[in-house]
Amino acid sequence: MMKRADFAAIANWISSDSQVLDLGCGDGSFLEFLQKQKPVHSYGVEIDDARVLSCVQKGLNVIQQDLEGGLALFEDDSFDTVVLSQTLQTIHQTEKILREVVRVGKESIISFPNFGHWSHRLAVGLGHMPISKSLPYQWYNTPNVRVLTVADFEKLASTLGLKVLDQCILHEGRQVTLMPNLFGSLALFRIRRA
Amino acid sequence: MSELHLSRNTIHFAEPLPLQSGAMLSGYDLVIETYGKLNADKSNAVLICHALNASHHVAGPSPEDEEDIGWWDNMIGPGKPVDTDHFFVIGVNNLGSCFGSTGPMSINPLTGKPYGADFPVVTVEDWVNTQARLADKLGIRKFAAVMGGSLGGMQAMAWAIQFPKRIDHCVVVASTPKLSAQNIAFNEVARNAILSDPDFYGGNYYEHGVVPKRGLRLARMVGHITYLSDDDMAEKFGRELQRPNGESDDYRFSFDVEFEVESYLRHQGEKFSTYFDANTYLLITRALDYFDPSRRYGGSLNRALAEVQAKFLVVSFSTDWRFPPNRSREIVQSLLSNKSAVSYAEIDAPHGHDAFLLDDERYHNLVRAYFKQMREVQA
Repeated sequence: MMKRADFAAIANWISSDSQVLDLGCGDGSFLEFLQKQKPVHSYGVEIDDARVLSCVQKGLNVIQQDLEGGLALFEDDSFDTVVLSQTLQTIHQTEKILREVVRVGKESIISFPNFGHWSHRLAVGLGHMPISKSLPYQWYNTPNVRVLTVADFEKLASTLGLKVLDQCILHEGRQVTLMPNLFGSLALFRIRRA
Repeated sequence: MSELHLSRNTIHFAEPLPLQSGAMLSGYDLVIETYGKLNADKSNAVLICHALNASHHVAGPSPEDEEDIGWWDNMIGPGKPVDTDHFFVIGVNNLGSCFGSTGPMSINPLTGKPYGADFPVVTVEDWVNTQARLADKLGIRKFAAVMGGSLGGMQAMAWAIQFPKRIDHCVVVASTPKLSAQNIAFNEVARNAILSDPDFYGGNYYEHGVVPKRGLRLARMVGHITYLSDDDMAEKFGRELQRPNGESDDYRFSFDVEFEVESYLRHQGEKFSTYFDANTYLLITRALDYFDPSRRYGGSLNRALAEVQAKFLVVSFSTDWRFPPNRSREIVQSLLSNKSAVSYAEIDAPHGHDAFLLDDERYHNLVRAYFKQMREVQA
């Protein structure tokens, strides 16, 4: 399977031998990728039957659970890093999950497609919902229920009292430093409770 | 198609067994069935623990009656999720049960009569101790996996706690870390049905040549209700009336069987009362009630599971209201808290508690994947 552009960047922020919780871990590709990079102790959380099966096939620890229900199974500060990789935009209860993520993780890494990318803005300017590498779905079949920009996330993080430790905005796998909310298509934030 | 290699044996244990209750059992037999072949380094053994009414006969046709298929035959066998082409699977009839292992029906060497009411109360922990002795006899130092559903899952869990170094994987299906008050209440109704049957004779009915059938029937009927989901019963029976072809659908205004569900329950109760021992029913439901590994740790399941080394697979079923998903999540939560290896799947199946015995592709694929992965790591 093709490595997603954000895998390497997320893995960079995770130290060896740490406890990692990957929320919305899908078929386990990231955790498998991460384990090849460095020794970690990890669990994934996933709701979909077929993806849970894929994780078990890969020998990963996976917990089948709906993230909308919160993270009651997990204790405060019980993980060094909680990863929410391209999952935030699929969850209805955005504030709740962010609060839960920073409760459980000493640090958390959130990645999401940036709706503010110029190509997305252009599509909307021309009267259509954007379709791109980072937003590859039609409006009527997308699993995404929230669309947000880099600026929107920063604002919500501040409202929720989250401290942004680091951010990395990517396009085509490369970091964008100039006007990232306009030229970046994939946003990664490293955060913790303030 | 490869073969099942079924083999049945009765194994005698002469060394007295100290029980959790403080009682001592002088010597005892366990009936086992094995499938597949034990490899040279004895690292491919899987122990299957049974629930209330099952036995050592886990897979394949029984040697004496080929229509008697093992109770977990859809799970265990050549090419099945627990593949006997690769694993050596052991089914054991628990102490106190009534399918050949020593139990209340067996002759008490001290009196020359059946134990009856004198058979000591045994617990899940006691069973695990007997199973460990069995492993010793078979030269199995460490099980690749111990697996069970319901009460069988409790035994698997107890294995991981009592013998952390002797089990690589622990597969706990449709189980619970302890019974709820409601669970105990249902058991109590079932036991009361047996205890109040005039043919029970304080547990010594064997010498009177009778069986407390009415009690057993009722016990099974009430138990059976808890194995099925409301939806499942609605689908199977609805409010259908029991009527031979052509008869009118009018109510009969009587207390005979009117509804299909009544007929079904009576049939299940009747069938059960012909093959199951009433004393065993009492013993096993009590073992269920008593099981609570957290008890000696001030109620902390986290601490009870602290020494666990096995990797866990925990599976629950969405419509199981006897041991619902929340109960499995308690186990998962404690394992997570201890940072033990665990995977947890919640199967959205309509069949209630019974789902753990039924065909379900998602469930079976998951177990298959888990055991396959286990082999790859071993290799």
